[in-house]
Amino acid sequence: MTNSNLLPVPEQEPLFLLDDLWKSRFDGKNRVNVLEGVSASVEAGRIVTVVGPSGSGKSTLMLLLNRLEEPDSGRITYLGRDLREWNVLDLRRQVGMVFQQPVMLSGSVRENVLYGPRLVGEERDSDPEALLGRVGLDPSLADRDARELSGGQQQRVALARVLANYPAVLLLDEPTSALDENASRMIEELVVGLQREKGLTCIWVTHDLSQALRLDGETWVFDSGRLVESGSTMEVLSQPRHPAAREYLKSRLERGEAR
Amino acid sequence: MSITALLLTLVFIGLTILLSLWQRLGLERDLLIGTVRAALQLTLVGYVLLVVFELREWPFIVLMVMVMILVAAQNAARRGSRIPGVFWRVLAAITVTEVMAMLVMLGLDIIPPTPQYVIPISGMVVGNAMVVAGLLLNRLQSEMEASRQQIMVALSLGATARQAVLPVLRKTVRAGTIPIIDNLKTVGLVQLPGMMTGLIIAGVSPEVAVRWQLLIMFSLTAVSAICAIVLAFLTYPALFTAAHQLRTDALSRSG
Ligand SMILES: Nc1ncnc2c1ncn2[C@@H]1O[C@H](COP(=O)(O)OP(=O)(O)OP(=O)(O)O)[C@@H](O)[C@H]1O
Ligand SMILES: [Mg+2]
Repeated sequence: MTNSNLLPVPEQEPLFLLDDLWKSRFDGKNRVNVLEGVSASVEAGRIVTVVGPSGSGKSTLMLLLNRLEEPDSGRITYLGRDLREWNVLDLRRQVGMVFQQPVMLSGSVRENVLYGPRLVGEERDSDPEALLGRVGLDPSLADRDARELSGGQQQRVALARVLANYPAVLLLDEPTSALDENASRMIEELVVGLQREKGLTCIWVTHDLSQALRLDGETWVFDSGRLVESGSTMEVLSQPRHPAAREYLKSRLERGEAR
Repeated sequence: MSITALLLTLVFIGLTILLSLWQRLGLERDLLIGTVRAALQLTLVGYVLLVVFELREWPFIVLMVMVMILVAAQNAARRGSRIPGVFWRVLAAITVTEVMAMLVMLGLDIIPPTPQYVIPISGMVVGNAMVVAGLLLNRLQSEMEASRQQIMVALSLGATARQAVLPVLRKTVRAGTIPIIDNLKTVGLVQLPGMMTGLIIAGVSPEVAVRWQLLIMFSLTAVSAICAIVLAFLTYPALFTAAHQLRTDALSRSG
């Protein structure tokens, strides 16, 4: 008792630390800032939902975390080490990413799911049919040409394909945008289950505020490349402080009620 | 062919200029420049060949082939001007192709090591490699653009740049090699190839002319494939960073 009062409690080191990230893009004519000074941290085993208007930089941030792109300035650390110090191939397997547009690689669904394991010669240890089952797809789809599936099916194949790498972190960019209510909930439960059982950390971009509430972790609100609000999902959604966040949440909620 | 006959062939150019003026095609200027350049370049090369054939010295042969390669590389490299160091990559690919073609032809004694054979055949090899290189660069850029999302997905799953780009390279190399393979299938039926025509006009029997033509066509098929593969594998690293990231600035948006 006395000891813990005297010694500083060792703070748990965040899994991801984002320090003043800036990123600009060339839009045909000018360089425009897509991320402006984003700083944040993610603790291991948390689910962070990322919301914000279209074009506010959410997908760009995901690309930086998977190191598919480099920030112009600023630093990202993962498990205390600068992203640039990691072997980038290992990092990308550990920090798996599901893109906003589901893109199928050529070949069957099975080949898509096995793509990651095959790169490291681990295809014997993976069970594509079981993975398809977990994301709510009929395992008999395994032999179909992946490009012939529907958008919603492809979205789930993309998730199964990333899960086949056994990632410690999942970056999900609107992974349920093409799914109906039931299928969406199934994916949510899958991710929450992985979080509980395996300590998975997840950064989940969504436009669906009720989905953010169901995931019930932290929420970040982006506006024009800035992280304007962050905190527990309940707090952020019920009492946003930043005007831009308030505006965005209000417009989303009104649209939600209208539906 | 007499000089008078040669001058009379200018009738063809005159005819084209008249057509251009009549239909307002605006080709007169380019036509004139092209005609003068072709006449000057070929006459000059004719005299250079005369000298080189007389001298029969290896350094001159090699020098001439090197000039061919340089010009060809510069020409083909324009097709991929956004790719860093593209000239050097094309230069290396065409050089490797020419060296391999000559090693086989001279090594197996298919052609004698004299300038009369080495220089014209090198010209065909290098010229063909140039066309293939230009085609390949063009295709590589548009295929990369079209497959960009697939490449990003493959990288995000832990693929190296090479693993991610391999399907694109295969497609591109195929595209670079298919025209000559198609050519193999139709040659003689659709047109008599230039070399054979030339030999026959110069008085060589069709039988011998055909043998030469086959040699050329078979070797050019290999040349296309070699040049396409070497160039594809020399070029793709320029499209990625050391951290296996796609370099978007090296790709033209328009293809
Ligand atoms: N490949 C690209 N080239 C040029 N500009 C891009 C590219 N990708 C995105 N941008 C620009 O960067 C900005 C941020 O885009 P980003 O995709 O990160 O937004 P987002 O928050 O994910 O939007 P959405 O909710 O619509 O998915 C936008 O202005 C967009 O136009
Ligand atoms: Mg997005």
